[in-house]
Amino acid sequence: MRLNPLHTPPSIDWMVVSPVLAVSVGGVLALLLAMFRPKADNTAVIWTSLLALFGAGYALVAQLPLPEASTFGDMVYRDRLGLIAQLLIVISTAVVILFSEQYLRARRIPFSEFYPLALWSSAGAMMMVSTKSLLMVFIGLEVLSIALYVMAGMAKQSNRSEESAIKYFLLGSFASAWLLLGIAYIFGTTGTLNIEAIAGAAVSDNALVRGPLLFGFSLLLIGLLFKAALAPFHQWTPDVYQGAPINVTAFMATVSKAAAVVTLLRVLNHALPLKDFFIPALTVVAMLTMIVGNIAALAQTDVKRLMGYSSIANAGYLLVAILAHVKSPDQVPVTTTLFFLVAYAATTLGLFAILTLAAKDGKEETSFADLNGLYHREPILAVCLAILSFSLIGVPPLAGFLGKFLIFQDAIVAEQLPLAVVLAITSVISIGYYLKVVRATWVDEPQGEISTRSVLPGGAKFAALACTGIVVLLMILQTPVSKFISGSGQPSAPLSASANAQPDR
Amino acid sequence: MANDFTPILILVGLAAIICGAMVTLSWVLGPKKVTPYKSSPYECGVTPSGSARERFPIKFYLVAMLFILFDIEVVFLWSWLTVFVDPKMGSAAADLNFQVFSFVAIMVYMLLWIIGDWYVLKIDAINWDEEAALDAAKLGTVLEPLAEGDAA
Repeated sequence: MRLNPLHTPPSIDWMVVSPVLAVSVGGVLALLLAMFRPKADNTAVIWTSLLALFGAGYALVAQLPLPEASTFGDMVYRDRLGLIAQLLIVISTAVVILFSEQYLRARRIPFSEFYPLALWSSAGAMMMVSTKSLLMVFIGLEVLSIALYVMAGMAKQSNRSEESAIKYFLLGSFASAWLLLGIAYIFGTTGTLNIEAIAGAAVSDNALVRGPLLFGFSLLLIGLLFKAALAPFHQWTPDVYQGAPINVTAFMATVSKAAAVVTLLRVLNHALPLKDFFIPALTVVAMLTMIVGNIAALAQTDVKRLMGYSSIANAGYLLVAILAHVKSPDQVPVTTTLFFLVAYAATTLGLFAILTLAAKDGKEETSFADLNGLYHREPILAVCLAILSFSLIGVPPLAGFLGKFLIFQDAIVAEQLPLAVVLAITSVISIGYYLKVVRATWVDEPQGEISTRSVLPGGAKFAALACTGIVVLLMILQTPVSKFISGSGQPSAPLSASANAQPDR
Repeated sequence: MANDFTPILILVGLAAIICGAMVTLSWVLGPKKVTPYKSSPYECGVTPSGSARERFPIKFYLVAMLFILFDIEVVFLWSWLTVFVDPKMGSAAADLNFQVFSFVAIMVYMLLWIIGDWYVLKIDAINWDEEAALDAAKLGTVLEPLAEGDAA
């Protein structure tokens, strides 16, 4: 076989790749700055990172009205789902960076490489959600994960942080291997790495095509379910979340989860002919996730670990939204998943921003007892913490309620009553543990001196207040936000059309 | 299509049968005289001494990781160079498009790679003096929290 002798360089639409490019080049610049920084002064690094994220965000918003496009030989794809998901990733990363510096200093983590790593990690996440090529999904996932492994272990003095990094690394690479093997099988049956080909091969009569395709597709799903922390692939979550530094935990709970969930949504959307095969399986997964996440959270005494289980439970709710959409794509819009992701990201980031208070003198205590007396020290933040917890429970005027309500509605519309029932029941169970956080803040008096330590600095306070503001206002802003997400009213690329687009078959 | 692979399948089958037979037969037919010396771990023919579970410096991992950096670089450079120096690939005209495009692409890659290596040197990752390795700045003992009210 001879290579194509006259090679035509692929035509490159730089606009499509500009967000990822801005973030990753920003990461390189931040690393260079970190190399030459005046000792222990990260100001320039932080501003470079924020600037890069702002640039990426601007490039994303500027592309919203543009039609769908692909570049680099179909490796990068622009559609509304990808743009919105990337925007969410960029904003979440910026919020994490906002509340990181003081926390890193309080924990004595002299690791200014955190900022470039966070940028590269989110560049990986952005690659994952803005492509239809399975190979790019894998590369994005690895870029996302490898930076995360390092970040999880960056508190070198802490055994828990090391444990977290090692566990995440071993289990994560194992899951990546499943994903890659799945991709290999799918490639073997379809002959292409494009997700759109799955639907075509799935309707084939040839058992030699269908069998390996199903096998590969299952492996692919396992890899993604692991990344999104869905039961029974969730066991790594509590340990990793508890051990990693709080800002990294916040990053994992939002950016990494958003990337995995959106990729899952995209993959399932393009595999609708396999519906009968994956919907029953994923229904069981969703139920199991909601039940395990919520019930195991009841027994926790550490807030970070509790948030780990909470993120498992929320992944379960997200899967219900996805399943409702893929079951009846015409009646149920894809908007709900993204709307819930926005609400979840705002709530989680706000909560973790407040939790960074727990660090002092190179240590960090995040048990319930360490929250006692927060309202003496920081009354406003104590109110924020209560609001965010209520949002996670799903108390009516808050974002969490709206998200869950929309998912519940979708599940009913899609005639998935069991999922809706489990969602409602487990939400009630979740009151049990979220209220513990509120009680630790407001009711239990501290023993001896007040153990919640340093005063929250400007960046973290701003992040916490902004997130709480979003959580409170999302109900009022539901219509404009949904419109923004779905892009209805804009002629170019409404989300429902793009996400449901099926190849001809 | 299936026919293309038949010889390979036959080869795999034959290899499995022959190898399996050799291992199984020598296990079944061979004499079994176990001595303590025979059942001890093989250590290059020398009498084994001490436990294998010793601590050894983490520097070895560092060397391995840096080696992989160089290794991957060579993998890319070599394969790129092979087609770059002979862009005709058997056709009549040299492909200038390809040469320019691939040259720029590989230079971007090399730039990133050089920054990475530069970083490794700059932070003294391969400086194994006790003084450099146990520098206070690296261990995080010099950092103090920012004064209250500082930005970010």
